Amino acid sequence: MHAHNPYLPELATIQEVIQETHNIRTLRVTLDDAEKMRDFTFRPGQVGQLSVFGVGESTFVINSPPTRKDYLQFSVMRVGEVTQRIHQLNAGDQIGVRAPLGNGFRYEDMKGKDILFIGGGIGMAPLRTLLLYMIDNRSDYGDITVIYGARSPKDLCYLYEFEEWRAGNINLVLTVDAEFPGWNERVGFVPTVLKEEAPSPKNRLALVCGPPIMIKFVLFGLKELDFEDHQILSTLEKRMKCGIGICGRCNMGSKYVCLDGPVFSYSELREMVPEM
Amino acid sequence: MSGKAFIPRDSLGAALDRLSKKIEVWVPAMSEEGRWGVEFLPYRPGMRPVLDRQSTLSPKRVVFPQMETLLRFEYIKDPDDPAKVKFRLDDGQEVKPQFVFGARPCDVRGFFTFDRVFTEGPFVDGYYRNRRASTLFATLVCGEGDAACFCSSVGSGPADQAGSDLWVTPVDGGYVVEALSERGREYVALLGDAPSELQEAAARKVQEEAAQQQVGDPDLVKSAPSFRGRFEDLDYWRSMVSQCLGCGVCTYVCPTCYCFTITDEGKDLKGERLRSWDSCMFAQYTSEASGHNPRPTKLERYRNRVGHKFSYFPEKYDGMIACCGCGRCIRSCPVSIDIRKVVQELKEKANACA
Ligand SMILES: Cc1cc2nc3c(=O)[nH]c(=O)nc-3n(C[C@H](O)[C@H](O)[C@H](O)COP(=O)(O)OP(=O)(O)OC[C@H]3O[C@@H](n4cnc5c(N)ncnc54)[C@H](O)[C@@H]3O)c2cc1C
Ligand code: FES
Repeated sequence: MHAHNPYLPELATIQEVIQETHNIRTLRVTLDDAEKMRDFTFRPGQVGQLSVFGVGESTFVINSPPTRKDYLQFSVMRVGEVTQRIHQLNAGDQIGVRAPLGNGFRYEDMKGKDILFIGGGIGMAPLRTLLLYMIDNRSDYGDITVIYGARSPKDLCYLYEFEEWRAGNINLVLTVDAEFPGWNERVGFVPTVLKEEAPSPKNRLALVCGPPIMIKFVLFGLKELDFEDHQILSTLEKRMKCGIGICGRCNMGSKYVCLDGPVFSYSELREMVPEM
Repeated sequence: MSGKAFIPRDSLGAALDRLSKKIEVWVPAMSEEGRWGVEFLPYRPGMRPVLDRQSTLSPKRVVFPQMETLLRFEYIKDPDDPAKVKFRLDDGQEVKPQFVFGARPCDVRGFFTFDRVFTEGPFVDGYYRNRRASTLFATLVCGEGDAACFCSSVGSGPADQAGSDLWVTPVDGGYVVEALSERGREYVALLGDAPSELQEAAARKVQEEAAQQQVGDPDLVKSAPSFRGRFEDLDYWRSMVSQCLGCGVCTYVCPTCYCFTITDEGKDLKGERLRSWDSCMFAQYTSEASGHNPRPTKLERYRNRVGHKFSYFPEKYDGMIACCGCGRCIRSCPVSIDIRKVVQELKEKANACA
């Protein structure tokens, strides 16, 4: 096939694997074609389709920022066939990558604003890319608060870089669902902690990602704090195949999560058919 | 070259024989096992095309095969360390010129939906584009249609030439063929001698009559904008789909349904990534890891199908309806769900409530 075939993955090699939690692993990969790796550009929030040849493809956020290009990072929660196989891969193994896909965050429009990240579980992955981007351009943004929760301390990803986040002048609020020996941070569900923190909506954007039930209650919380729909952004997750707006799978009405998303504001979501 | 030919009815086989020596020809014919009734098959000498009624399956598969290879992969093992494996990928596609004889205007129009999605978006599907570009259509001028036809409702009609390369008009004793495109003209002489004036006049008459035909309610799509207002009227959708078996045949026979899945198949040290037709009427189509499914029952799935064709698609593609009015979903549905009625009543009932 000539020209650019959007179904054809680039071959890439895993440089490093990090076991984040019992069911989440992070892969750091580089494209085998050095020139393509050098020229690879993307925006925070864009995704990639990872291929395990013979098993299939699945969608994952590129959770490293475009400001750090030594490798592309993906964090993968084991839920099914492809993710199971990805968890069996090691440094040196080859995989396929189709990226970047999707819209990503409009970080240009966020300059000068205060930012509130709210992440739950694996939902921290799409936020991490933007968070690191902002740390690397720290003076462009005002207050940055991160509320990140998981079931238990063992279910938190990226533990090894919390120090770096805090050093980057990030107000990091960590919480777990229940008391845990040795845990000195907050205890309680993310929506509850949000209420306690009560960040002001003035000149602020809230970026929310996590399990549907968390999102639902976080939204209530943000509304109570007087956040408006256009100030709230989230990334949607739908089952995907092609990732390029053709196979028809990921639609919500006339919008395709793979092309028009995965990042949507709540004012955009309100316009769409209610089919979450 | 006159750009016109006459094929006597009893010489159709000979004409297709000549044609098939130059190009791969597809004709509507009874499927071998008779399982699907009439479908488009590669022409072989001796085959009898069925031209007196609409085919059960549209020629969708000629351009968009039910299954096709997107890429081949090969495992390259490191001779020094059998645990180390690299991959070699190959996305080569072989495309032959092909000629569809005996499609109908609705069949050809079906591909317009595909064209928008596969070739006009930010990403171009080369597999589709290449096959589409190398396929010619010799289209039959259609008649009044049957009880399920509604091409005039969606902006087409029995004499709609859009998308066709040749025009085939049935007249007494045979077919008058006429080139509509430059590439179609190349094949005219191969099909037969120039028609007589009488034959040409007869063809014109058939075409004029076809152009007069009103097949289906011309106001049908006026109801389509009521879709959004009706979206959350679950009683409406329940009443429309209560009998639906979720079999997916409506999507299978549909000339505009293009949804597909992608799967890998491997054997030994080789494998393929395949693209196959899928159906939004199946539960697995949207089911997610958590067990959550945004379209959990046939109600949401059927609503999405109707919405896609009559609301979402026009919203995205300047008003274009993703339905060609062929009526196949109506004819094939085991419980006789009629999409015309579903669309029509979007508005009627809305008015009744207001
Ligand atoms: C835009 C986007 C970004 C994503 N980012 C990440 C990420 O950074 N990290 C991460 O771990 N996961 C992410 N996901 C989810 C991930 O794509 C799925 O978990 C994965 O595809 C499951 O593949 P599998 O083959 O292991 O599961 P399968 O064996 O295919 O299926 C197992 C179960 O998962 C369901 N499933 C399949 N695909 C999806 C899907 N895309 N979303 C929800 N359920 C699905 C199946 O219906 C089935 O119930 C993202 C999804 C989207 C759409
Ligand atoms: S994943 Fe194919 S259209 Fe979005």
